[in-house]
Amino acid sequence: MNAFVLGLVVIIYLLAVTYLGFKGYRETRTASDYLLAGRQTHPFVMALSYGATFISTSAIVGFGGMAAVYGMGLIWLTFLNIFIGIFLAFVFFGRRTRRMGYHLGAHSFPEFLGRRFNSNKIQMISGAIIFISMPLYAAVVLIGGARFMESIFGMDFGMALTFFTLVIAAYVIAGGMKGVMYTDAFQGGIMFFGLFFLLYMTYSKLGGFSSAHQALTDMVSMVPEKLKAMGHQGWTAYPVFNSTWWWVLTTNIILGVGIGVLAQPQLVVRFMTVKSDRELNRAVFIGALFIFVATGFIYTVGALSNVYFLRETGKLAQEAAGGNVDSIIPAFISAALPEWFVYLFMLTLLSAAMSTLSSQFHVMGTSLGRDFLEKILPKGKYSTMLITRFAIVVSIIIAMIIGYKLPGSIIARGTAIFFGVCAAAFLPAYIAAIYWKRANAKAVLYSIVTGMVVSVFWLAFMHKAESAPMGICQALFGKPTLAETFPWAIIDPIVVAFPISALVLVVGSLLKPEEPHESVKF
Amino acid sequence: MFGIDDPAIYLAYLFSIVCLAGCAVYGIVNWNKGHEPDEKEFGEELKWEKEEESLNEEL
Repeated sequence: MNAFVLGLVVIIYLLAVTYLGFKGYRETRTASDYLLAGRQTHPFVMALSYGATFISTSAIVGFGGMAAVYGMGLIWLTFLNIFIGIFLAFVFFGRRTRRMGYHLGAHSFPEFLGRRFNSNKIQMISGAIIFISMPLYAAVVLIGGARFMESIFGMDFGMALTFFTLVIAAYVIAGGMKGVMYTDAFQGGIMFFGLFFLLYMTYSKLGGFSSAHQALTDMVSMVPEKLKAMGHQGWTAYPVFNSTWWWVLTTNIILGVGIGVLAQPQLVVRFMTVKSDRELNRAVFIGALFIFVATGFIYTVGALSNVYFLRETGKLAQEAAGGNVDSIIPAFISAALPEWFVYLFMLTLLSAAMSTLSSQFHVMGTSLGRDFLEKILPKGKYSTMLITRFAIVVSIIIAMIIGYKLPGSIIARGTAIFFGVCAAAFLPAYIAAIYWKRANAKAVLYSIVTGMVVSVFWLAFMHKAESAPMGICQALFGKPTLAETFPWAIIDPIVVAFPISALVLVVGSLLKPEEPHESVKF
Repeated sequence: MFGIDDPAIYLAYLFSIVCLAGCAVYGIVNWNKGHEPDEKEFGEELKWEKEEESLNEEL
């Protein structure tokens, strides 16, 4: 790559991000501005910010690489992301959350749950769960971004990590939610065009739409024996029913990531940043289109990269990329596409990482500041903005320390751990908050705690993908997982923890139904 | 269909596209709905601002 052009592109990008962060800072006067962007966000900005936060670099590089290995079955995740992550989320969760959040005066997801059930404990425990589990997820994205800068600019990893963190920290701390959402929308726009061109150029490189697919279908005889034994039937076919890969794809990816998205605090809080239901109605299509392009296009390109590598090198994508799944997409782009596109794609990945991270920093800060510290500090002594800014700094430092200190094998599972814990702990409580008038506050609290405990247990002792790198099970019982019969060791925590957490909430509330507080309006 | 033989794959594409089209229709049909001014919301907004101002004055 040309160092001058690369430097120029990055400087222009950073100037634009700085300007948007400064715009957010200038427009931030009150706590509501800092935490919820003043509840006046434009639907276009809201939808792009939601989408860009949703899709991180690991969704593009990691899942794109997985599609290269396992094929187009991942497109079900695109369907679920649009149907659940956008349509159901905006129409059936978003509108009620916005309205109820407004009447309750809630400024964050834990505060929303706490005020809905009139319980400070719910708010503080929810804030604590987010604050404890999210830094690991943030560390995953942070390291991904720093590694990317290390390889592109030839920077030292530690320096890249520090520089990357400082840039994002500056606009999150100064500009609050407005700074985060403006930059997200800009970065979302870059991601949209980057991925749009990527699919277009991949098809033109491979001879068109149907012939590219046909070439991939014809590669069925080349599936490696190891993958065939796991149930792989080719890159344009779903795995064999009840095979190892069928369970992994169906439960981990589709259920875990597809459904887990509904209870993500950094996404839920965005519903409360718009003025009325009209903005949410308008944002539905923009969000759906963004997710369709950001996930569907990259999974298709990932799978099709096999055709390119087979023609050019005689190898499958994973082999051509040196065996590392995460290297497949970058290897395909630098080998198959023109140089100008490499710059655009570099910005796409940088944008994906920065937009997710800025929201993570903001949510971690509000969870610690608004939902926890403000509850224990003397009332009225410090302003919400000051406490939250301080809490964001603390959160960023913790995420950086985790990034430096924890072994890479654990960090790599950070996203799954966060999604698993959040979905099991918060989803039943969130659904009850907006749809079940007589849910009992105590039952909700127990449901949150049960969901968290069961999912942490499953992650540490049963689900081998996390329990093996964590090493707790190995230390206590001398084996990587307690699950000895198929398929328990590969079943995602959400499949077990979510029903248990929901059961606790339902049984507890039926035993002692509670009338909601008068400020709660359904 | 288009070089993909397994219905479990082309249905995933089809569902995604239908869902996207559904979101477009929903967005267009409801483009101007849900913006009726709510007097209560104005009242609450004023209350919020007053609280915020008094807190800032105290500080």
